[in-house]
Amino acid sequence: MKLELRKVTKRFGDFTANDSIDLTVTPGTVHCLLGENGAGKSTLMNVIYGLYRPTEGQMFIDDQPVEFSGPSDAMAAGIGMVHQHFMLVPVFTVAENVALGAESIKGATLDLESTRKKIREISDRYGFQVDPDAVVEDLPVGVQQRVEIIKALVRDAEILILDEPTAVLTPAETDQLLGIMDQLRKDGKSLLFISHKLREVREISDDITVIRRGKVVGHAQPTMSTTELASMMVGKNVQLTVDKDAAQVSDKVFEVKNLTLMADNGVPLLKKVSFEVRGGEILAVAGVQGNGQTELAESIIGLHPKATGSLSLNGTELLGMSTKQVLRSGVGFVPEDRSKDGLIGSFSISENLVLDLFDSPEFSSAGTLNRSKISANADRAGTEFDIRMGSKEHTASTLSGGNQQKIVVARELSRDLQLFVGSQLTRGVDVGSIEFIHKRIVQERDKGVPVLIVSTELDEVYGLADRIAVFLHGELMGIVPPTTPRSVLGQMMAGATYEEALAADTEHSEASSGSAAKTQVTESAPRAEGEENER
Amino acid sequence: MSDKQPAAQQVDPALAADTDAPTPPQDVPSQLVETQKPSLFARIAGGSIGLSIGAALAAFIVGGLLIAVTDPATQAASRYFFARPLDTLAAGWSAAYDSYVALLQGSIFNPNGRNFTQQIRPLTETLTVATPLIFAGLAVALSFRAGLFNIGAQGQIILGAIVSGWVALNAGLPVIVMVPLILLGGIVGGAIWGGIIGVLKARTGAHEVILSIMMNYIAANLLVYLLKTPLLQREGSSNPISEKLGENALFPLLLGPQFRLHAGFLAALLAVAFVWWLLNSSTVGFRLRAVGANPNAARTAGISVASGYIVVMALSGALAGLAGAAQVAGTEKVLSTGIAASLGFDAITVALLGRSKPVGTFFAALLYGAFRAGGVSMQVSTGTDIDIVLVLQALIVLFIAAPPLVRAIFRLPDPTGAPRTKKKKSASKAVEAAA
Repeated sequence: MKLELRKVTKRFGDFTANDSIDLTVTPGTVHCLLGENGAGKSTLMNVIYGLYRPTEGQMFIDDQPVEFSGPSDAMAAGIGMVHQHFMLVPVFTVAENVALGAESIKGATLDLESTRKKIREISDRYGFQVDPDAVVEDLPVGVQQRVEIIKALVRDAEILILDEPTAVLTPAETDQLLGIMDQLRKDGKSLLFISHKLREVREISDDITVIRRGKVVGHAQPTMSTTELASMMVGKNVQLTVDKDAAQVSDKVFEVKNLTLMADNGVPLLKKVSFEVRGGEILAVAGVQGNGQTELAESIIGLHPKATGSLSLNGTELLGMSTKQVLRSGVGFVPEDRSKDGLIGSFSISENLVLDLFDSPEFSSAGTLNRSKISANADRAGTEFDIRMGSKEHTASTLSGGNQQKIVVARELSRDLQLFVGSQLTRGVDVGSIEFIHKRIVQERDKGVPVLIVSTELDEVYGLADRIAVFLHGELMGIVPPTTPRSVLGQMMAGATYEEALAADTEHSEASSGSAAKTQVTESAPRAEGEENER
Repeated sequence: MSDKQPAAQQVDPALAADTDAPTPPQDVPSQLVETQKPSLFARIAGGSIGLSIGAALAAFIVGGLLIAVTDPATQAASRYFFARPLDTLAAGWSAAYDSYVALLQGSIFNPNGRNFTQQIRPLTETLTVATPLIFAGLAVALSFRAGLFNIGAQGQIILGAIVSGWVALNAGLPVIVMVPLILLGGIVGGAIWGGIIGVLKARTGAHEVILSIMMNYIAANLLVYLLKTPLLQREGSSNPISEKLGENALFPLLLGPQFRLHAGFLAALLAVAFVWWLLNSSTVGFRLRAVGANPNAARTAGISVASGYIVVMALSGALAGLAGAAQVAGTEKVLSTGIAASLGFDAITVALLGRSKPVGTFFAALLYGAFRAGGVSMQVSTGTDIDIVLVLQALIVLFIAAPPLVRAIFRLPDPTGAPRTKKKKSASKAVEAAA
């Protein structure tokens, strides 16, 4: 089925999210929609999927004009969507999830047998390896995503929309997904792939449409270089690699010894983690999310009072201090989820910029806030960190993700730091801001501050790290140099030691490319249960 | 360093060009995923001033219809409605109109009074009745702003009344010392009672609504018990009532003996100013608002959420306790089992109507005071039952609570955020899988 959009425009009030978008997805191809966060990709997807009605313009399926009043219309017309956040019921089995909303009934009972049969058919056809009777919450993220794809295929979708499908996947899972997409393409399906990860886009796409600020700014070929694509996406030249000199080690040091943390249900979240970060170097923690990185970062700033072991910063023990004491002793902290932990959406930008310093002598006296100093601080931070805001008195929730993140980074880097800890510094942040934030982190390193970065983005890890630490199931698998190949790092993230991974990698490059599947099967099922319980 | 400078400059022009746009275009889509969704409670408590006024107007309209329908003359005229429909409408209109005029005259200015004192008395009555409501309304509003639903104002008022009453009955000092002492008694009594709730919530995680309801029962029965012990009970009386307060223990009257308006009203004005300062300019208020708006972010920024709960409940209780003191030493002049009436519950509606803001709460309390003061004269002069006032109060709250409900039913976009209700529709089909 061919999907065509002609001059599709979507407005919210005065704001134009999509401005006369033209787009054609032909059967048997993968069409990539490339754009920064906030460029209007998701809005466009929701228009196609019937969640929003276009303000202007028309959609065509096989040259027939169509109009959807809801997702059920879109599904009936043969459009399937794989959401960025899965729409699955965790406690249901795969078959139950697939049947949900289109249950077939035998008498008064639910007939899951026909659904199971269909799942097996599809699973065999595309090599999904999904058991219809597995409970969804027990499945690894990559498999859960396949369940989403099966859901669409069972409903006879010919056009598949994949909304940032790789955001939650390990490198190995990503490769598997790209393989699946390739098969679907060969099967004659039309795929619309949304992403801002250039490597994947170049690997899988047949056509690329780049949108910026709601407008189509051009079509690109997958043969174009990542730098060219990024420049098109952002509208200016961007530097994808982080510029940094060799690390100049200072005498500051942050030492973690035997850090252990148990969840309330006794599941270990961190197992005897020991490492050190010297001043002037960046240690990047890589690993699939939910393997203890979050807990590591939170333990450092005292959010997990039950953690045991030792966290020593220049000889001072941080463990046992309150969060406030840790922050005041010179630790800068950027949490991984800015809207949940980093900002107060209903507070003004200037208030958010002093969230951890509002009661310091700098911004208050005798229990009264010094509004003029807080406001001056916002002016300074706004200029220095290029926070684009209408007014510093607007609430933080009115800003885009990139600017929100700049608020958090600005707040944490505005103090005199002894240690900087940052999680997912650039998640959901546009390319321009990523560059800026990275630059500031490197500057901090060059001041001689020990920097600990947690990231699931390998590009970021490679760009920033002086050394890379790999975590799996709360354990430190090893610390490797940034020259380590991606494939080796990927295998370590799946459970191999550095030596094993290195050996397997050499073997792999000697053998044919097909043998990569061997290591990819050793998929882990990282779960974030403990993290939920802890809060 | 030198090789980084040019790179930074290379970025700047493009970024600077972007700032020209008055509203960053990224905003709307990003809100779809980025914005913390305000809770239903936050949307009710934090509505706009237009919403409050609209709710009050809508309540008056529905209330007017109720007055008309229950009016005997209207009912009589409706028996021949199909013969002369205008009669019914006219009767209904005059019933509602007369009642509201009487309400107004009974609460603000009575032109039929024989002299100015009588003409202006309704206004002073309104202020007098509003005084404890201002204190208690502020108490609840403060807790709302810190994200806590303090249902326990009733109990805190009672404890404030007990302590301030005991002080008033036992300390035989001159009035200049007594007034602050009695107010302090109210503060201490209420703060302890509220603080207990705060400590229990902070230490055990128990929900403040359950805790405060239970504390209300305990307070009410504690008062009854104490009024039967020699500590408070009037000598020689078998009823649960205290001695009358001495002249030295009464709040001075502000406008002379012909009016009931007392110095407690001035204290209430000070409390409004204090809470305004607390919420808008103080570090304590910043901490409380942060805890209320996003406890996770507050904790991450080094703010102790647990101590925030304790502080806010103690402060809230202290304000409620002042309402108790104003009741004892201002209007009632004696400690009895009915000292708190339904003030603690009216305070919740006052805070809601006042959008949890100090000045808003002040005016909302004045409106409720006017209802109370005017309701009596309305019943006397038009025969409309005073209970209609309670219906009006209930309707106001209903309409304040209704907009989110109405928006949810009709899937209208939420004015505070992006059009995300539609997204929820698809999400409602299946719970998001935990990653």
